[in-house]
Amino acid sequence: MSKDVLVVKDLNMHYETLSGDVSAVKNVSFTVKEGESFGLVGESGCGKTSVAMSLLQLQADNAKISSGSIKLDGLEMVGMSESELREVRWDGISIVFQGAMNAWNPVIKVGEQIREAIREHYPDNTKVENTEKIASLFKMVGLDSSIMDRFPHELSGGMKQRAVIALALSCDPKLVIADEPTTALDVVIQDQILKEIKKVQELLGLSLIYISHDIAVIAEMTDKMAVMYAGSIVEKGPTSEIFANPQHSYTQSLLASTPSVVGDKVKLNSLEGEPPSLINQIDGCSFAPRCPNRTTTCHPELDMELVEVGPEHFVDICSANRN
Amino acid sequence: MKKNVIEVKNLEKYFEVSSGFFSRKKTTVKAVDDITFEIPFGESLGLVGQSGCGKTTTARALCLLDPKTGGEVNFYNNDVSSMQSIDELEGEELKKFRRNIQMIFQDPYESLNPRWTIKDIILEPLNIHNIGDLDEREEAVSEILQTVGLTPPENYMPRYPHELSGGQRQRVSIARTLIMKPKFVVCDEPTSMLDVSIRISIMDLMLNLAKDLEVSYLYITHDLAVARYMCNRIAVMFNGKIVEIAETEELLSNPVHPYTKRLISSIPVPDPSYDRKVYDVNFDELDSLIEKHGSDKPMIDIGNEHFIATHDVKGLI
Repeated sequence: MSKDVLVVKDLNMHYETLSGDVSAVKNVSFTVKEGESFGLVGESGCGKTSVAMSLLQLQADNAKISSGSIKLDGLEMVGMSESELREVRWDGISIVFQGAMNAWNPVIKVGEQIREAIREHYPDNTKVENTEKIASLFKMVGLDSSIMDRFPHELSGGMKQRAVIALALSCDPKLVIADEPTTALDVVIQDQILKEIKKVQELLGLSLIYISHDIAVIAEMTDKMAVMYAGSIVEKGPTSEIFANPQHSYTQSLLASTPSVVGDKVKLNSLEGEPPSLINQIDGCSFAPRCPNRTTTCHPELDMELVEVGPEHFVDICSANRN
Repeated sequence: MKKNVIEVKNLEKYFEVSSGFFSRKKTTVKAVDDITFEIPFGESLGLVGQSGCGKTTTARALCLLDPKTGGEVNFYNNDVSSMQSIDELEGEELKKFRRNIQMIFQDPYESLNPRWTIKDIILEPLNIHNIGDLDEREEAVSEILQTVGLTPPENYMPRYPHELSGGQRQRVSIARTLIMKPKFVVCDEPTSMLDVSIRISIMDLMLNLAKDLEVSYLYITHDLAVARYMCNRIAVMFNGKIVEIAETEELLSNPVHPYTKRLISSIPVPDPSYDRKVYDVNFDELDSLIEKHGSDKPMIDIGNEHFIATHDVKGLI
């Protein structure tokens, strides 16, 4: 039985704006075990990146974690001071950001930017040791070690993304968050990057949180997954179980709207409407206005709860339908 | 015999690039090199390939946004009921051609003027081409908004693009394109910026409009799964050349060219139990092989209207 690396419990986060509070993360709980990859999937604006930013506490100034706990290896991270957080970031959790193009400082060589992170966390290392470390990281992600003397604009999108992965691995983290690492890339490069991430994860025994809106990528990359809608998790469980037996209407709609190149050509179903604005307090079922499967036994106004429907498979169900 | 809306023969688009600021030497970049295809009325052709392979350059050359440097493009002219080369078009005829060929761009956040209302944006092509009087134009705008599913139209007409979501903006782009009643629309990755759930509704809308209004599409994408949903035929492009072209299902079930195989096998499958095997091919090797053998020979038909480029790919299979 592998141990839990990250335990998130009842996490709530909101943004304070002039027109009111926007609750971006609502009662989110999940656990990531050692060496496991966990997927977060959902539409844009559903809170995936807000969760990632809360884990590292890199959120914008107007974001407040109102309640809940984030435990990394048993260490409570909510309420940590900035200097304590600096120790944990990159050492404990690191992140591969969404746009590789924008993650680099354009006027500093790529290698120097990685060196900066290593120096911060291992001040006793010599310069030669650090150079060797960067070279080995580059090799791990399939880049030539000469790349470290290049500026970001000299690299292609795929190379930049590989270098971002090397940066994320530079301080031997236990957990890496990959926030849509391949969205800006085309399919062939995406495929190479995904393979690289998988390879590195197995090699180092990393835990991985993989965030994407592409359910096909989640299917290939993760062991367990959670589907998010309007700031809360509506279904979570083992990836194979959720694909074989989706219970929540939103999960079913997502699966029904994803085209594939294998198997017979099927008619895809679209999901009408738009996700709700999070500025208004939503009571009960947030998906009800768009739900294609609403029945007379549905009571969207009632409170919702994640209920276990299979082994480790949880679904958000209103209290009327719970049995 | 199917009637073609557009026929492209040996299309070339070369760019001259100077090799340095002080150097007079010019090198040629063959962005689009010897491309041939045709699209029948009411059908759509998918153009797939990696970024930088010349998909968008082809589209721009067809729409006369950038002049081509070689080859022929023939467009069906309704007035004379026959194909006509776009090089011969001048004055009124050119204007008419531009009405019949339209483009939908990739990014609905950047392709709509942020200071114009939705009504102005859709009205602009009618004003430019001087179609109908003011009342008729407004009537047409309201009608087209309903067609693309933005109802009631009077709610949308006075609004600005920033008030709309990505999906709604792309519907506005489609409305602006279709108000000219074109026969042929070039779509440059119109759904790649949209969320999965919205993507399907936009694709369904485009498919329905194609049926109702008899529009043909050239659909540019790097995602074969999307192309499969949208297109009757698919052309695979690699480094400025079409390497394989066939009916959609034929291409997916029976790919021949190593690049096509690589492309198909790179696409993630939404099924955790599916064991995807990537067909590995060295792109540099492939490129030099095409350079060496492929250049001026026509594509060969291997049956079922399935064509492949004739460079020697045996070494790679």
